[in-house]
Amino acid sequence: MWARWWQSDGFWLFRRSPAAILAALVAVLILGGALLAPWLAPSNPYDLRTFDLMDGLLPPLWQGGDARFLLGTDDQGRDMVSAILYGARLSLLIGFSAMAIASVLGVSLGVAAGYWGGRFDAVVMRIADVQLALPAILTALLIDGIARGLLPRELHDDLRIPVLILAIALSLWVNFARTARASTFVERRKDYVEAAIIMGQHPLRIMARHILPNILGPLLVIMTVDLAAAILLEATLSFLGIGLPADSPSLGTLIRIGMQFLLSGEWWILWIPTLFLVALVVSINLIGDFLREVFNPRLR
Amino acid sequence: MAYFILKRLIQSVFVMLAVAFLAFALFRFVGDPISQMTGVETTIADQERLREELGLNDPFLVQFARFSGKMLVGDFGFSYRTRQPIGEMLLSRIPATLELGTVALLISLLVGIPAGVYTALRPRGAVTQAILISTLVGVSIPTFVIGIFLIFLFGVQLGWLPTFGRGGTVQFGWWRSSLFTVDGWRALVLPALTLGVYQLTLTMRLVRAEMMEVMRTDFIRFATARGLPMRALHYRHALGNTMIPVITIIGLQFGGVIAFSIVTESVFQWPGMGLLFLESIRFVDIPVMGVYLVVIAFFFVLINLVVDLLYLAIDPRLRVKEAA
Repeated sequence: MWARWWQSDGFWLFRRSPAAILAALVAVLILGGALLAPWLAPSNPYDLRTFDLMDGLLPPLWQGGDARFLLGTDDQGRDMVSAILYGARLSLLIGFSAMAIASVLGVSLGVAAGYWGGRFDAVVMRIADVQLALPAILTALLIDGIARGLLPRELHDDLRIPVLILAIALSLWVNFARTARASTFVERRKDYVEAAIIMGQHPLRIMARHILPNILGPLLVIMTVDLAAAILLEATLSFLGIGLPADSPSLGTLIRIGMQFLLSGEWWILWIPTLFLVALVVSINLIGDFLREVFNPRLR
Repeated sequence: MAYFILKRLIQSVFVMLAVAFLAFALFRFVGDPISQMTGVETTIADQERLREELGLNDPFLVQFARFSGKMLVGDFGFSYRTRQPIGEMLLSRIPATLELGTVALLISLLVGIPAGVYTALRPRGAVTQAILISTLVGVSIPTFVIGIFLIFLFGVQLGWLPTFGRGGTVQFGWWRSSLFTVDGWRALVLPALTLGVYQLTLTMRLVRAEMMEVMRTDFIRFATARGLPMRALHYRHALGNTMIPVITIIGLQFGGVIAFSIVTESVFQWPGMGLLFLESIRFVDIPVMGVYLVVIAFFFVLINLVVDLLYLAIDPRLRVKEAA
């Protein structure tokens, strides 16, 4: 199994692409840091008792800060390393969940639309058209706004993360649906699908077992690119003050907090989370670009 | 031809109806309008009388028809938060957003198209590789980070440009413009750049892909075989055919510019529609949200309609297909 993987086309390309290797390395490092945040982080940024106002606004270690705080502290005395690790954890949690929901929703609708065609296809694609006309960020803002109006205030504060995930997922499903539908359209007319139909297999089984595995390649590319888009969207919403509040900061919230120090010289509060976010998104996008090359030999 | 235009018009009306319906449903079902308009001291009987006066007890479709009719004549109702007519609020904000968006779009096209053509003609050059890598980074950097960076560099470190507001403006009737003063332009530069950079990378990538596609076609190969000078080949034959899809790009980008102006306006405190929308979400000001949605959709539909008609005017092949 390992040998087969080692000798595969994709891995051969991977070994020859320094950009892809570097991107994968950065992504894995950040992902690992985020997953292990409770064990790696020196303190818990959600626990107000653990930080001391006396430690506020300390610069990073190499600028003469305190040995306890490698990347310095913010105005509350919160350790930046911990805040960033926990922030990345939240950003990735929201990004992955939104992407997962969007892909399941989009792919099932897309495959079904491509397989059955007809009226169902027309309805799904019209909805997709309308939504495609509205950029993702507008859709997400709107859904969040509706949730604010529908839910009582306390409930909305408790449900912030699920609402955010849903808002992002519902603004990203269209990409999956369109790609899945187009690929299914092609597969639907191939002999193996015809054979499965003649053998009397259930349509749902044909879609899931026969068609889906054959259209996974391009979908994987979209999953990567949309993961980056979801993380960016969450950061943007949090930056706008619509997403997560300051007491459970994601990377976007950290950047919004850091904005207040743009004029006063405490550069680390703003630029370190920003750099972290950009590195994460750039590396995910690079991986997406690489996957596109692997699955589309014409681009090589 | 006439049939095609009619079909597009009917489609546009249908989309507008769908959006208006969404806005109406938002207004009618998210929160109770009466409880928003009255205070705690209003009696139940008074509330019921108000409900009857405002026609909130009428059948749903009647209410929707009335709502659409009022939208059509520009009667957008009142904001829950400021109690001002929404029409006036929007009208005072629209020029700021349109000017910002137009300048951003111009930046995107004036830089993006030449860069796209260059990278397509020299796919293996060092400059091309550098441009391609920087666009990938450009796509990955969120708009607000670009804005913060520009503020930091030109506003804080160098102190060359203002970092918020519109600067000096000139009033033409209801249109307050910042395009006619030096101060206004200085205030406009950073937000427009912020908004333009992301669109620029998109324009460049699309033009590049389209140009490379055209360069592979038979008629270009034939023109090469005929011995046409490279200059004529590239800039007359190839570029001419590349420009057709670019019109669609402009249409699509207008949507992106409007959407991302929400972010840009927030970073630079630019007093446009996006900032108004953001405030309306923060304060759950449902009527403003709904009207913003309808107005934006109207812009989108209008632009798409114009793009389709331009297509028809520019590309003779489409006309033949319609006639056949």
